[in-house]
This record gives sequence, C-alpha cells and structure tokens, in this order.
Amino acid sequence: MPMETKLPCSRLESVLREGHFAVTAELNPPDSADPEDVYKAAGILANVCDGINAVDASGANCHISSVAMCALLTRAGYEPVYQVTCRDRNRIAIQGDMLGAAAMGVLNVLCLTGDDVTAGDQPEAKRVYDFDSIQLLRTARTMRDEGVFLSGRKITTPPCFFLGAAANPFVPPYEWRPQRLSKKIAAGAQFIQTQYCFDLPRFKEYMHQVRDLGLDKQAFILAGVGPLKSAGAAEFMRTKVPGVVIPDQYVDRLKKTPKEKQQEEGKKICIELIEQIREIDGIAGIHIMAYRQEELVAEIVEQAGLMPRPTSNDQNKR
Amino acid sequence: MFRWLQNYPHFLEIVYDLLEVSLHPLKRWFKPGSRSEPLVTMIERLGKETVFDCQMCGQCILHSTGMTCPMNCPKQLRNGPCGGVRENGHCEVKPEMKCVWVEAYQRSLKMPKYGYQFASLQPPVNNQLKGTSSWINMFHGIDTDLPPGWTNTKDIPVKCVKEDFYANGN
Repeated sequence: MPMETKLPCSRLESVLREGHFAVTAELNPPDSADPEDVYKAAGILANVCDGINAVDASGANCHISSVAMCALLTRAGYEPVYQVTCRDRNRIAIQGDMLGAAAMGVLNVLCLTGDDVTAGDQPEAKRVYDFDSIQLLRTARTMRDEGVFLSGRKITTPPCFFLGAAANPFVPPYEWRPQRLSKKIAAGAQFIQTQYCFDLPRFKEYMHQVRDLGLDKQAFILAGVGPLKSAGAAEFMRTKVPGVVIPDQYVDRLKKTPKEKQQEEGKKICIELIEQIREIDGIAGIHIMAYRQEELVAEIVEQAGLMPRPTSNDQNKR
Repeated sequence: MFRWLQNYPHFLEIVYDLLEVSLHPLKRWFKPGSRSEPLVTMIERLGKETVFDCQMCGQCILHSTGMTCPMNCPKQLRNGPCGGVRENGHCEVKPEMKCVWVEAYQRSLKMPKYGYQFASLQPPVNNQLKGTSSWINMFHGIDTDLPPGWTNTKDIPVKCVKEDFYANGN
C-alpha cells in the first residue's frame, strides 16, 4: 500500500487502498434552497460512484456552498468529496470550514486554488487567494496530523481527512507538471483528480514521467473525464473554461454528427477515453465531470464496464 | 525600463549574492523601526520596482522563483503555476500577459545556484509584512518567522526531474 499506514476513515480511501478502480463524479451545485435539489442529483450518482465531489462555486459562479452540500450529503449517508478553493475565503474561514465539515462527517477534501473570479458571472468580486492550493493542503494535513490550527492552537478532536489535490497535465509548462504533482504530494495530497483528459498522447507522456518519479505509488491518481454535450459546448469549454484542452479531433467528430445525436456521440467519446485511460499504468480510477448531464453518469459507468461498484452506497459507517 | 534584466537570471543571481554579502556589514543599521528604515525601504522599492515590478510583500523569494516576482501573478500564488495557464503560456486572468510562473520556471532553469529552489514549498504570505523592507526582514529573520502550526517545509524533499540538471550547474 502506498503512503503511511493509517486506518482509512473514508470509504473512497478504502476502495482505493483495496486496489479497486475507483469512480468519483462531480455534483453540480443547484441554485436552490431546497435540499431535495441536491438529493435528486446525488441520488443519480450515489449508486454508480465511490465519492461525490461537491463543487465550490464552479467556474467562480455563485451556487449553493460546497460545505452545505456536503452536510446534506453526509446526512443522507452519501460519501462527499469536499472541494475547497482559495479564491473566496481567507485562512481563518478555510480552517474553520474544514473543521466544521469534518464535524459533519466529511472525510474527503479536495484542495484547489480555484478559477479566478473573472471566469465567473461576478467578475467584479474581490479575489482572496490568502493560501494557494499547496499551502491549503499542508494546512489541512497539519490540522489532521498535528492536531493544531496554523496558529499552533490545539484542536481537541482533529479531523480525519483523506486529502486530495488537482492536477492539470495539459497546460504549460508541461515538463514542470509532474514536478508540481510531486510538490502537492509532498504537501500532503493522497489522491489526485485531474483536469479533463482528452489529449491522451500528452497524458501518457505525463504519466510516464509521473511513474519515473514514483508518484503513482505515493498517491492515487484519478483521471478526469466527461461527456461533451455538443460541438458548441466543446468549443465553449475549450475557449472559455480555464485549463480545459480538447483536441480538434473530438470537436470535429461532434461537428460531423447531426445535432440531435451529438450528446450520444459525446458520451461515446467519453467511454472510449475511459477504456484507453484504464490501460495506462498508475491510474487508480476516474473522475467524471458531467456538467449538467448527471443523468449520463450512470450510463457511462455502466457501459464502461465499471459496475458494480465495490461497496454499497447506503453503507452507514458511523 | 530595466525589466529586460530579468531575462538574465544567472546574472541577477550573482547580483543577489553580492548584495547579500555587501549589505551584511550594514546589518546593525538595518533594523525594523529604526530611523534608517524608511530610507532602506525606499531604496529597495526603487531598485526592485524598476527591475522586477516588485510588490513589496516584505518576504522576498525572488531567487526561488527564477528572479520573477510571484506577487505579480493575479492570484499571487507562491507555489505556482496554477492549472489555468493558457495553451500559449499566457495567464488565465490576463490573456495578454505571459504567465508569471511560466516565465519564472523558464528563468529558474538558467540559474545554476538557486534554480533548484523553484521546487521548494513556500509557506503562506505574512500579510503584516506588506510594504516593509524584505532586506531588513531577512537580516532579522522576520521573513522566515512562520506561524507556529506551519511545520518547516524547507527540508521536505520534492522529487525533481531536473535534479541532475541543477546539480551539474548547467
């Protein structure tokens, strides 16, 4: 087993440590005060994945907060991955929120820098970035392992986190990216969820370097995938969403498909990618980001041959 | 005006070393709260603003970031680059600007002495030091006075593909 031996607290961690090919999926936060809206979307994902990522204001757009969404999910016995970004809160708020999340049963935390405010629908907002993702990771790890806040003040019952980080192998400086991953692991990352993997040759090259550094043995790497809804959506994603790279071949393939069949074709591409990614050494699972197409996730997991999931999702551990 | 100097990081590295050695004897005049503090701060600001577009964070890490000021990154990352870099190497926030961290990385490769420090884990910024002189802070260990909960990250080994490169002093 990679990394320090400690009793795994989170179900996602157990699945990974037992060597299963893990599946996580992104839950897009609703713009609603009705918890049913969260549960509706979560219900679709829960049976087909081992962890549900609660997005923190995706693309810097305001939605229901990720910590609240996690609280709703743990209450219903689901396994959330709490996404924390450094964009909107300073170190005091972040540490408080993480401890609060832990008190509500959150065990998986994904530490992110976060898209800039200018990517969202309120670009006039003040950006915070008191931490960067690596300092955030390190602080979360300190809270867990040393049982103290950054100030050194003691936490009576420290959180039991399974810590994650993101990686984007598809943007410059390419040759630095594996080392950046190494830095994140040194800071405390135990699992990694990558940006959308469409550019497979680049990803294979990246994984080659990652294996050379032995990083795949130190953290569980989950490759990011997702269905493209249409040629237009693909074009939007690669031009407007920071850090997303989609090679022409996939956009062209969608453009050649009649409009009403494009979503189906997008799903097909996604399944093909999963099959190819599974062949790459050092990949511990996949992370499905199906923006506003959660209903497709079940079909994708099923058709990619990733069912049944190793543990049942109504398992209540505590 | 002197920004082009940044493209000679190996030269700046030597200047950095010389400056440190030459300022050291003046250490006893370089004190926080002393009468010379405003003057020192002004000189530092003038020099570093012209060359590095320095933001006076008061805890300078230029030699660890390819002689490129990380505080010019719109997200002010100390452990960059983020995942939003554009395919042409430009910034996610300011498309017309080259990513500060892409430049920092490329320049660090030209620095035989301190280049390897690009991989080190930088602690969170002490916002209380903004606007103060990093020279004074360095001589009195103020810039390395970290929050008690921040375990020393200086000695954490970060595996580095380019290790041989730096070791050979290329």
